[in-house]
Amino acid sequence: MRQYANVITAYIIMIILIILVGVFQSWNVALSILNFCLVSAVMTMGANIQWGYAGLINFGIMGYTALGGLAAVLISVAPVQEAWAVGGLDMIVCLGIIVGMVFSIRYVLKKIQKSKKRNYIIAAIIIFGLIVLRIIAGPATEHIEAVDPAKTGFLGGLGMPILFSWIVGAFFAAGLAYIVGKVALGLRADYLAIATLLISEIVIAVIKHEDWLSRGVKNVIGLKRPVPYEVDLQNSTWFIDLVEKFHSGKLKLINSLAERQDVLNQLVIEASSVYVKLCLAGLFLIVVIILLIITQKALYSPWGRMMRAIRDNDEAANAMGKNVVKEHLLIFILGSAVVGIAGAMMVTHDGLFTPGSYRPMRYTFLIWVMVIVGGSGNNFGAILGGFVVWFLWVEAAPIALFLINFFTSHLPETNALKIHLINTAPYFRFLTMGIGLLLIMRYRPKGIIPEKIVKQ
Amino acid sequence: MLNYIIVPALSYGSQLALGAIFVTLIYGILRFANFATGDMMSFGTMFAVLLTWYFQSLGISLGVLPTALLTIPFAIIMMILYMLIIDKLVFRYYRIKKSPPVQLAMVSIGVLFVTQAIVRIIIGPFDRRFFDGERFILKANEFKEMTGLNEGLTIKSTQVITIVVTVIVVSILFWFLNKTKTGKSMRAYSDNEDLALLSGIDPNKVVMITWMIAGVLATIGGVLYGLDKSFKPFVYFNNMLPIFAAAIVGGIGNPFGAFLGGYVIAFAEIFITYAYKKFFMYLLPESLEPDTLMQLLSTDYKFAVSFSILVIVLLFRPTGIFKGKVL
Repeated sequence: MRQYANVITAYIIMIILIILVGVFQSWNVALSILNFCLVSAVMTMGANIQWGYAGLINFGIMGYTALGGLAAVLISVAPVQEAWAVGGLDMIVCLGIIVGMVFSIRYVLKKIQKSKKRNYIIAAIIIFGLIVLRIIAGPATEHIEAVDPAKTGFLGGLGMPILFSWIVGAFFAAGLAYIVGKVALGLRADYLAIATLLISEIVIAVIKHEDWLSRGVKNVIGLKRPVPYEVDLQNSTWFIDLVEKFHSGKLKLINSLAERQDVLNQLVIEASSVYVKLCLAGLFLIVVIILLIITQKALYSPWGRMMRAIRDNDEAANAMGKNVVKEHLLIFILGSAVVGIAGAMMVTHDGLFTPGSYRPMRYTFLIWVMVIVGGSGNNFGAILGGFVVWFLWVEAAPIALFLINFFTSHLPETNALKIHLINTAPYFRFLTMGIGLLLIMRYRPKGIIPEKIVKQ
Repeated sequence: MLNYIIVPALSYGSQLALGAIFVTLIYGILRFANFATGDMMSFGTMFAVLLTWYFQSLGISLGVLPTALLTIPFAIIMMILYMLIIDKLVFRYYRIKKSPPVQLAMVSIGVLFVTQAIVRIIIGPFDRRFFDGERFILKANEFKEMTGLNEGLTIKSTQVITIVVTVIVVSILFWFLNKTKTGKSMRAYSDNEDLALLSGIDPNKVVMITWMIAGVLATIGGVLYGLDKSFKPFVYFNNMLPIFAAAIVGGIGNPFGAFLGGYVIAFAEIFITYAYKKFFMYLLPESLEPDTLMQLLSTDYKFAVSFSILVIVLLFRPTGIFKGKVL
């Protein structure tokens, strides 16, 4: 038990911090921090599978997150019948053409010897395919986007419960990871970092600008939820009774009936959003625990030991007969799939999909800070990293504001420096992150909870 | 054609080229991919912007040229100071420990966060224009009158300044690297560190000079970009990506390759997303006139184009187009 003491202490401190936010700010804020901490924890687990287990650097986390989000849209939104009527068939034909192109190129690669002729044939297939695609898809996208552009203007989805999208998001991300891995995994570490970063930018560009698929920068709002809506809760008697019972002591102090009803209404509104967030937190927690059990089992299985061997010395592992290339590809796909789940979870939590908000700072580099700070190679460390860093990211601005006010309290309200500092308080979160990362990398390079190798 | 493709591509390419040489120098000599590139550029530009405002308030100006050109030397000094401090506080430790490049790249992400925070705290995240002086060298109407052609040609003065300054800076840099003793010792250090140390090259000096050159390049590149478009920290951060693409396409560690890589990326981006409608209007008879814009790809995919080029180059020629020579 003693060896886990520091892990347990770290998590208890974290929970106390979140509870403190609940007490001092509001339970709503605390719960939304908790929810995003859980989502971040899933992302860091994905990144940790790649970096901590296998030493693969993946700066494309943003792309997989966005694909997960796209999955949520494509699964849960009801299909737009008119759009399918005007352009759906053409789009399916296009998909067929792309598949046909891929297979014909594969066929050519297999059948014809490596020569100039082969290159010309492949180039011809690609160019011909692109022209045909353009001719078919061009008018079709225009028709689709013309269908009620203020509300839909896209094909819509399958109209299934959004929870399915968590799995589908994982498959989407895994599919992308398969392509990326096939293409880029042979590169050296820093090239791989840059290549994955740029590929994720391409993914975002496509999602942003293919309006027929994802509505692009027009955003998709009002996605379905796996949990009840606030408005429904506020109108259901069992919920009001529950809130009344919960706050009965407080309500008894108020004498006038009308006043009591007002206070109760306030409480119900507040409690309904807390309740919704609690439900989501429960769902997220289930995902985190399932993933944690699986990853923990995998880490201490023979497969996990082999991954560590490949990470620490891939040449030796290769000499022992392990297929390094295959295992790298596998772990790249697994890690990305986990990140895809997180992407779908996040869109589920927000209830909206905004391709414009996917930025590398927030979705790639911040996740990396989480992994490094928490402790790479250790699942508990990675999850803790997600909690700590997300907590700081959200709370840095209020803390900075408090400190600025404290240190400049002797200055008058109109002091230019003070006003400037208060206006820039949100940017102190970047400073906190940067300095935190630099300090951890310098003085505790293995993270808050370092990797532990269990010897049998 | 000339108006909308070649002139903008040349000036955009010059800005990328300066950044790419910066990346490639750091990579060649200090041996890590510097993810803080874009923000270091915005840091230098920030000083230029602040000083420009200060000079403008004092009433100092260069007449037709933008005041910002006058402030570049001061901004460069501040930038070099900042870089040396960062190196001393952060990078030196890992260099002496001989950490793997990936770790240094991670550290540079820390620097990225800190620099971005400092820039935003000092100047704010907003869009700033600090251009003054003459806006155009050649206006569309004047050109029409001069040549009698019925299509105008516009050349912004910032575009000319960008190209001229880049040519000057890059030629001085190549002269320095190829002809002077310090430059040669830098190349030797980049080729083979141990051998260079054995032959008595002072590593600290080489590293210091590298950061200084990097500071000059970052500041000038940043200011030129800011003059041509506008200064906005977020845009500078995003510019890091095409800059990396340019450096790798040209062959990372090779300044000349990086220089050309900048233009390759810029031309490709603009060629592929250009609307060829007008071009075909002149070439083809009226009956065949195209009714669409005739774009190969919509402008939204500008960044995606350069990244796709990069991915293709990485796949088929991981050492870049101009390989062989290291620095």
